[in-house]
Amino acid sequence: MQRIERTVLYTIGGSAILMVLVPWLLGKVAPDQVFFEWPYFFEVAIGGLLSGVMYSLVALGFVLIFKASGVFNFAQGAMVLFAALTLVGLIDLGVPAWAAILLTLGVMVLLAIAIERVVLSHLVNQEHIILFMATIGIAYFLDGFGQTLWGSDVRRLDLGLPNQPLKFFDGALMVNEFDLIAALIAGVLVVSLALFFQYTRIGRALRAVADDHQAAMSVGIPLKHIWVIVWSVAGLVALVAGIMWGSKLGVQFSLSLIALKALPVLIIGGFTSIPGAIIGGLIIGAGENVAEVFIGPLLGGGITDWFAYMLALVFLVFRPQGLFGEKIIERV
Amino acid sequence: MTKPIDKTAYQGVIAPDKSLDTFPKLLLEHANRRPDKVAMREKDLGIWQSWSWRQVREEVTALADGLAQLGLQRGDKLAIIGDNRPRLYWSMVAAQCLGAIPVPLYQDAVADEIAFVLDNADVKIAIVEDQEQVDKILETKEQCPQIEYVLYDDPRGMQHYQFPFLKSLDDVQSSGQQYNQTHPDFFQTEALKATGADTAIMLYTSGTTGKPKGVVLSHDNVIITARNGIIREQLTQDEEVLAYLPMAWVGDNLFSYAQSYVAGFTVNCPESGATVLNDLREIGPTYYFAPPRVYENMLTQVMIRMEDASKIKRKLFHYFLDHAKKVGTAILNGETVTSKEAWLYKLGSFLVYNPLKDVLGLGRIKLAYTAGEAIGPEIFDFYRSLGINIKQLYGQTEAVVFICVQPNGEVFADTVGTPAIGVEVKIDDNGEVLYRGPGVFQEYYKNPESTAKTKTPDGWVYTGDAGFFAENGHLKIIDRAKDVGKLSDGTMFAPKYLENKLKFFSYIKEAVAFGDKRDYSTAFINIDLEAVGNWAEKRGLAYAGYQDLAAQPEVYALIKECVEKVNEDLAKDPRLGHSQIKRFLILHKELDADDGELTRTRKVRRNFVAERYATLIDALYSEAKQCHIKTEVKFEDGRSGSLEADVILSDANTFPAVNPLPPSQTA
Amino acid sequence: MGERVLGDVILDMKNISLSFGVMKVLNNISFNVRKGEIRSIIGPNGAGKSSMLNVINGVYHPQEGSITFKGQVRNKMKMHEAAAQGIARTFQNIALFKGMSTLDNIMTGRNLKMKASLLEQAFYWGRAQKEEIAHRHKVEEIIDFLEIQAIRKVPVGRLPYGFQKRVELGRALAAEPEVLLLDEPMAGMNLEEKEDMSRFILDINDTFGTTIVLIEHDMGVVMDLSDRVVVLDYGRQLADDVPDVVRNTQSVIDAYLGVSH
Repeated sequence: MQRIERTVLYTIGGSAILMVLVPWLLGKVAPDQVFFEWPYFFEVAIGGLLSGVMYSLVALGFVLIFKASGVFNFAQGAMVLFAALTLVGLIDLGVPAWAAILLTLGVMVLLAIAIERVVLSHLVNQEHIILFMATIGIAYFLDGFGQTLWGSDVRRLDLGLPNQPLKFFDGALMVNEFDLIAALIAGVLVVSLALFFQYTRIGRALRAVADDHQAAMSVGIPLKHIWVIVWSVAGLVALVAGIMWGSKLGVQFSLSLIALKALPVLIIGGFTSIPGAIIGGLIIGAGENVAEVFIGPLLGGGITDWFAYMLALVFLVFRPQGLFGEKIIERV
Repeated sequence: MTKPIDKTAYQGVIAPDKSLDTFPKLLLEHANRRPDKVAMREKDLGIWQSWSWRQVREEVTALADGLAQLGLQRGDKLAIIGDNRPRLYWSMVAAQCLGAIPVPLYQDAVADEIAFVLDNADVKIAIVEDQEQVDKILETKEQCPQIEYVLYDDPRGMQHYQFPFLKSLDDVQSSGQQYNQTHPDFFQTEALKATGADTAIMLYTSGTTGKPKGVVLSHDNVIITARNGIIREQLTQDEEVLAYLPMAWVGDNLFSYAQSYVAGFTVNCPESGATVLNDLREIGPTYYFAPPRVYENMLTQVMIRMEDASKIKRKLFHYFLDHAKKVGTAILNGETVTSKEAWLYKLGSFLVYNPLKDVLGLGRIKLAYTAGEAIGPEIFDFYRSLGINIKQLYGQTEAVVFICVQPNGEVFADTVGTPAIGVEVKIDDNGEVLYRGPGVFQEYYKNPESTAKTKTPDGWVYTGDAGFFAENGHLKIIDRAKDVGKLSDGTMFAPKYLENKLKFFSYIKEAVAFGDKRDYSTAFINIDLEAVGNWAEKRGLAYAGYQDLAAQPEVYALIKECVEKVNEDLAKDPRLGHSQIKRFLILHKELDADDGELTRTRKVRRNFVAERYATLIDALYSEAKQCHIKTEVKFEDGRSGSLEADVILSDANTFPAVNPLPPSQTA
Repeated sequence: MGERVLGDVILDMKNISLSFGVMKVLNNISFNVRKGEIRSIIGPNGAGKSSMLNVINGVYHPQEGSITFKGQVRNKMKMHEAAAQGIARTFQNIALFKGMSTLDNIMTGRNLKMKASLLEQAFYWGRAQKEEIAHRHKVEEIIDFLEIQAIRKVPVGRLPYGFQKRVELGRALAAEPEVLLLDEPMAGMNLEEKEDMSRFILDINDTFGTTIVLIEHDMGVVMDLSDRVVVLDYGRQLADDVPDVVRNTQSVIDAYLGVSH
């Protein structure tokens, strides 16, 4: 369980550095200009961490498919949008929320099967770049298809999740209930996925397929099923992300763009690591928020738009495999 | 000198008692007194299986009854060949229960060696681990017609072997169980028959010359010595040991068998020879023995792994190791250090030492022994500085190991400690070490001549080692007695002692010292190709193979430094100050067993080397700067050819010897 | 080894022809494999040995001829179906899951024996848990059998070549196959490793009664191990008989044994 220990270490260490170093630095740089109080800083940082969880959720979908097939699934963002649209559409038709969620999950599984049948099965043993191109196609299809089916208006998604600010320390620290729930759900999702991958037959089969298609087939692992399962799980993750983001921002086309935010998360966390997706999301979420509030005024705001990419760039230079990614060492 | 022993710490260990003077009696006592305490573990199919003392008694009962069915009788010999397997240990005590004498053999011995022992010991039944050992016995079967049965532990691959004398231990045990149903008292009656004076075991020592000799040890020999060791080190029933050294070796018999039967602690058998380091880590023994080379390998592994670690880790590691070097040994010895040093050491324990010890499997060590050959001072100090209580002992099969042991708090890299409990040690006029004590063996089996040569009528045993007591009362072993000579000024010349000191440098792989009846000492050096090669690469020194590297002036300078450090050290020694190395050379080829220069166990054959390179020795005792030599060599593919070289001879600085003793006192 | 009694025909290849475009890789090959035997396919490089093996486990589907496995004609069998039918294999260029440990690699070999449903596995309850334990036991027996305890937890990508071959053999064994296909199991090994591998092959055949079909380059090894040998050359079948006869067949000597390599 070294990996988990490391995860914990990085989380605590990372937060500690952010929380101590950044304000200290800010105090040095511009003591007068910055409106600064510790509780307020924590509030900002925690708010950032919690929204970081949302980035993690999207990144997670990427990691799953990348781990199992080595393909960067460009359609992950579109899947988030598609799942959210389907869910809202069903609810608007009068389906109760819980049933709508189950139905949407069913739709995502059907989608996975369709993708495997129509696209992937024809591309066995093709170059990764070809598969990547195929996912771009899937992305455009889903964007279009979803909106044709459910319309392109911005819709509100309200599952009745609590959305009250919680107060700590006599109101000095405020955290949104909704964000906490999102974090909780993401946490449960990640832990169960990690366990699933590590300790079950299908998890092992997924890893096997990712490693060597031919060998996997020779031990009787049917590639088809595995791909359907992976895409279904990615669909599940997309659904959860869709619910969370949809509840927060409303269900609209821009949901498919949050996929772009997932990219720096992946670069920081490493493309093959589930814990990496989480930590990466947290770092970006917190970093972004803190930077926006405390450095933003100095630079005239708008930092959120590029901060994540800047951070990713730094990582690409110093640790291209990400925090948790596998260094690729080939035996010669 | 020795601190008084605290005898109250002796609880839990079975007290010396006439009614408990044999291994069978001890087994019955433990099965009654601590029936559910784990006596033995073995890792099998990835899982540690364990047996309580009660279960061990049941297993042994079945085995003994089964062996009795096969006709094993009082006084018969039973050979045991294999890795450390629980059932092989139980066979040992099962034989003892019947009054038969177990004779464990080295599992890697070739068929001829095995045949000699089986024949010499009049072995009637051989218990072996697996197919490999069965094959060896079958090969020797004709030379040893007295063998009635061969029993194997592991049935793998044995389906097609059909010999009437070949049986599986499973079958023997189940026939024993059946017999036990109808004769429930047989086992107990037999097990109580022997007394302490009866023979417990025969262990064959390889001996440097001639055929192996069977050392006959009584129950008293082994049990009393085992108990004395337990008392001295305050061991308890809670110790964990890993049984991984050959069962035929006296140390394994003492540490993994006898002491467990006296103290009641747990013996763990590794999964296989290749997994020992993993198993060590999983078990985390509290009491451990390893020859110096094992400690050396562990250290090398750690250092190699640290080279691959991240920069921060490496810095941290080296910083705290340096700190440990400074104060760790003092802390272990109970000396006082400043509070800042102590605090830093604690921090180091948390960050570096403890994790490191856990990785090595030494995290729970209370006591670690080493013996057999000289251990490099840096290696010794490395472990001690981490807080691992590693100590040297001096022992022999003929003494059931313990002759001298280092007392806690008085541990030095260059001595082997003070006499063990109940053991007297003296040095005779030739400088040879003699001892007398409870562990002294009965005789060499069927070899009264050797017995008489080794053991005096009043119980003193010649060790064959030369040594002396240092001022602190600790015994210092310097060499094999027969190799010790004198320089022409009459002072002592101990070649092995010089060679070991040289070999402690990682750059020097092998050394051969000369000086007997000469004016001064000289040495041949073999550099360590890997270590010196790395050193050369770091300096951008190009070389093409051993011979080229060995002749480089820079390498000569490097080795000269090592030699001079040895000289500086020797100068401080009142007895050996005169044997400082005045001239040396680096041999143009590596000493090789294929050329007869080393034994198969990689020990230098001194006389052979001296003869083969006589011209080089002559040159060392002349003024020459260089010497041409032509040597016949065997290549790896079996061809032979000759190797020619101009070997450079180098002088080394010597230091004024302190307190030079007149020749008459050096003996 | 005494006189070996061979069982019934378990695999029957009749008039197999395989071509890629205009290149004819296998030309009218017929031979059978009997239960419990060690059967070898030998021939110079490019003789079509590997293609033959790939035809048996469904990587290639022959244009002509029939494959009868356990009494059923199975010309269009897919690779994972072959596995499900009891045909396991190793690869000439080692196809292991490099990022996974020895244990996990061999566990994947148990894939087909596991019955727990996706849902059960998702929650690791019921059969899933019990299965894991039972299969782990079986895998440990294989680890013990192949004497690779020391590398149980090591990612196979880090193992030396000889060990990787052994792990791959272990993974194939884990499926408890009826027929084990070995594609040049001793390629690139030193003498000692070859001896070890030969011993394992004999032991597998002996202990588990597994039928073994073996492709090998090393003639000495083949002749010592095999019950019967098929010789291929440029896609044609030169001989099919016991080693002693094959060794003395003129066309084989000309095509293969006589040619120095």
